[in-house]
Amino acid sequence: MQVSGFRASTNLKRLARDPVLLAVILLVTASLAIFILYPLVEVAATSLDVGGGRLGLGVYSEVAESAYIRKALYNSLFMSTLTAIVGTIIGFIFAFAVVRAKVPLARFFNTMAVIPIVSPPFIGALAIIMLFGNNGLISWNLLKIQNFPIYGFNGLFIAQVVTFFPVSYLTLKGVLESMNPILEDAALDLGGTRWKVFKKVTLPLAIPGIASSVLLLFVETLADFGNPLILAGSRFPMLSVQAYLQIVGMYDLPKGAAISILLLVPSLIAFYLQRWLVGKRKYTTVTGKPQQSTTQIVSPGARAALFVACLIIALLVAMIYFSIVVGAFAKVWGYDHRPTLDHFKFVFGVGFKAVRDTLIIAGTATPFAGLLGMVIAYLVMRVKFPGRRFVESVSMLSFAVPGTVIGIGYILAFNHPPLVLTGTLTILLLNFVFRYIPVGIESGKAILSSIDPSIEEAAINLGADARKTFTKVTLPMILPAFFSGLVFAFVRGMTAVSAAIFLVSSRWNLMTVHIMAQVESGNLGAAAAYSLLLVLIVVAAISLIRFTLKTQYAKFGGSMLHF
Amino acid sequence: MSVRLINISKEFSDPEREGGKVRAVRDFNLEIAEGEFVTLLGPSGCGKTTTLRIIAGFETPTKGEVWINGKNVNNDPPNKRDTSMVFQSYAIFPHMSVEQNVGFGLELKGRPKAEISREVRQIMEVMGIADLAHRRPDQLSGGQQQRVALARSIINKPSVLLFDEPLSNLDAKLREQMRVEIRRIQQTFKITSVYVTHDQVEAMTVSDRVVVMDKGCMMQVGTPFEIYSRPSNRFVADFIGKVNLLPVRFEREDSGRYLAQDARGMRFEAMSAVPGLEPDQEALFMLRPESIYVESEESASSSGPLRMILAHGIIDKAVYLGSTVEYEIDVSLDRPMLAVSHDPVNAGFWRPGDAVVLKYSPRAAHLLPFMNP
Repeated sequence: MQVSGFRASTNLKRLARDPVLLAVILLVTASLAIFILYPLVEVAATSLDVGGGRLGLGVYSEVAESAYIRKALYNSLFMSTLTAIVGTIIGFIFAFAVVRAKVPLARFFNTMAVIPIVSPPFIGALAIIMLFGNNGLISWNLLKIQNFPIYGFNGLFIAQVVTFFPVSYLTLKGVLESMNPILEDAALDLGGTRWKVFKKVTLPLAIPGIASSVLLLFVETLADFGNPLILAGSRFPMLSVQAYLQIVGMYDLPKGAAISILLLVPSLIAFYLQRWLVGKRKYTTVTGKPQQSTTQIVSPGARAALFVACLIIALLVAMIYFSIVVGAFAKVWGYDHRPTLDHFKFVFGVGFKAVRDTLIIAGTATPFAGLLGMVIAYLVMRVKFPGRRFVESVSMLSFAVPGTVIGIGYILAFNHPPLVLTGTLTILLLNFVFRYIPVGIESGKAILSSIDPSIEEAAINLGADARKTFTKVTLPMILPAFFSGLVFAFVRGMTAVSAAIFLVSSRWNLMTVHIMAQVESGNLGAAAAYSLLLVLIVVAAISLIRFTLKTQYAKFGGSMLHF
Repeated sequence: MSVRLINISKEFSDPEREGGKVRAVRDFNLEIAEGEFVTLLGPSGCGKTTTLRIIAGFETPTKGEVWINGKNVNNDPPNKRDTSMVFQSYAIFPHMSVEQNVGFGLELKGRPKAEISREVRQIMEVMGIADLAHRRPDQLSGGQQQRVALARSIINKPSVLLFDEPLSNLDAKLREQMRVEIRRIQQTFKITSVYVTHDQVEAMTVSDRVVVMDKGCMMQVGTPFEIYSRPSNRFVADFIGKVNLLPVRFEREDSGRYLAQDARGMRFEAMSAVPGLEPDQEALFMLRPESIYVESEESASSSGPLRMILAHGIIDKAVYLGSTVEYEIDVSLDRPMLAVSHDPVNAGFWRPGDAVVLKYSPRAAHLLPFMNP
């Protein structure tokens, strides 16, 4: 929508009469510019720095000449594409089996597909090393194979698929649930066979969702840092790890920045393509209220096949968590599997500082991220002001930008005046807050678009200003979204590693970074114990928020926390 | 004047339209007196809701001025304007009880708790919803929500009460009841009111004056009688109720009688006409169906100044509705004549194929210009 000069100026005039609102808008706009945009600009500027303060493409030609980095670019793109496709296929099979085919054990499959989302993103890699690595339970203890080729493509592919297919599952589950089964009934009624109905009705309706899931998975896999750092190895370089090594290992800032840009560009393209697709998809969801269908659109044979497929994947996920649990209590993984509490003694003793730091950081950043997300969602959806598009697109940017790039941007941007923050708690908090606001914004936007704007207009009409409207009317109604935004921000905060690994210091460290260090030094037991504790904290936090909501806001009725 | 709209225009940008703009309201002028009940009536998309939202302050006019109580409020946000709106969807706050909803406006003004609860109780009694005080909005029926929304608006004693199609979500019976109720409440508190609807019966029941709108323009403003019986143009005549419009040529005025003739030489007489009609100008001779008497051919000779002959014809359709019978009569024109007769049991009724003569009284007839302005 174009804003004419006239309208913009009357909007400004209006805003001037509501100083609180004006102040909030200015504050939000400025902080988004400083903590999201500015670091990215620094990355771009650094990558163009050819020394002596001159700008040029010198670093890029250096990067282009390096066969190793070219290989990393190719590997990253290839791996992300493959994971996106395979992950989406598995996600679709899971979603279709649970939503449409109503297979037995559907609840169990749902749980197994959601657990990886609340776990640190590298837990798959850790488990794969424990199962197939040099001292792997399966490769060494069972099969007596040493140097099983798990490092590189094979292991990484399995780890990433297991880590990211749940994202596709949740996306496609929503798509399939919003699809009106009456359409399939109608097609059957018109004489289509089950297979034809699936091919001609179900699948075409799900295609935009499937495409969107592929793009989403591509972005996530490309940004993945933990799995490649553990599993890729030096013969299978990946971009995100290479960017990290350039900065942390060689202290070559321009080169690290240039690799970041290589990582950023395909991410942004895929992300905006996905947004565009999701925006276009709107019409398919306008199918009226979901209706009960009693017909079975899946034949018994197909249901059995879906069930077996889900079971295999679910067992793989179960095996991963099983090995983490066992590993946390085994004396020396691969050699001595007698139960012990040694690893937990380590975690709660020497290593407890990281646990405490993580809890402080995630716990402090979460409410800020949640609140800021809600405020931005409200501004974007309900207030007309110049710069609205800027706020909307910049705040969504941190979804699209790989954590590695953000992390590099932060150390580049906040290592020199005017803002010197490296090594502090503040930089970690800021990073977490601005990285995880999009979740709050998205859930806030979703719920706001389902609330009749006339409810807020009624409040304004009765004399409430913007602040009162927000606190007394909007906020109470969007609380459910606020809390699921909180849960998600907390989970992400607890499990984040890619950006944070650049920002931790001896004063402030994180569990995830600690786990990576333990894996690298071969201390798998401690890594498993840390991981187990982390997952337990996350699950406890989710349960706590759910319970609070249930008891405090029972009057809003039923399922308010969609997670 | 309580509300003055001076030359209001509103354009929305719409990239799909040619020129990228939609003119929702064009050069709209209206003055509303203290305590008056004015309705904006028109088909959907005619700009009536936009006009209402401009008064409330939810839309900024592209051009023109809004005055409330002698003050230009163009730059006042909605919360600073002394208007209260009853929304089409009622917009009851789902997280507050009925009592809290009704008292919300006073709470915002920072009134003491005791005073709020006293006034809330009072208004809820007037509205007949006193026993709902502690209910949650989702436990209310449509009619109850409507009353809560009205109570919530009235309690603020606004200078102007605004209604945005408030009855469109109610069933027919309740709608009829609420029309009367809204008028009663408005009269009790003597609040200046602006009401938006596309339902002409609703408009006629509640209003002192009705503004008929089409495509952003005001087509006519007048009392319900003027709008229905003396429309000033074809659009208004057509939009409100059913109507017979015969193309005629206006001849002359003769002591309060307007004489006209159609292409076949048939002469007509009306006792009212839109001012400014010139002799020999093309015009429309208007009769509402209920003003046409359907009589037997034998009675054709007994016509006089009170019952003049309109046409001879054959009954084409007869729909028996209990209290009335609706006829379509073929009179060899391109459109059939519509007529309604009352009390069919006593008056008897015609069947398709019967030959009849149609009569009218010049008092009910009205002449208007052939072309829309």
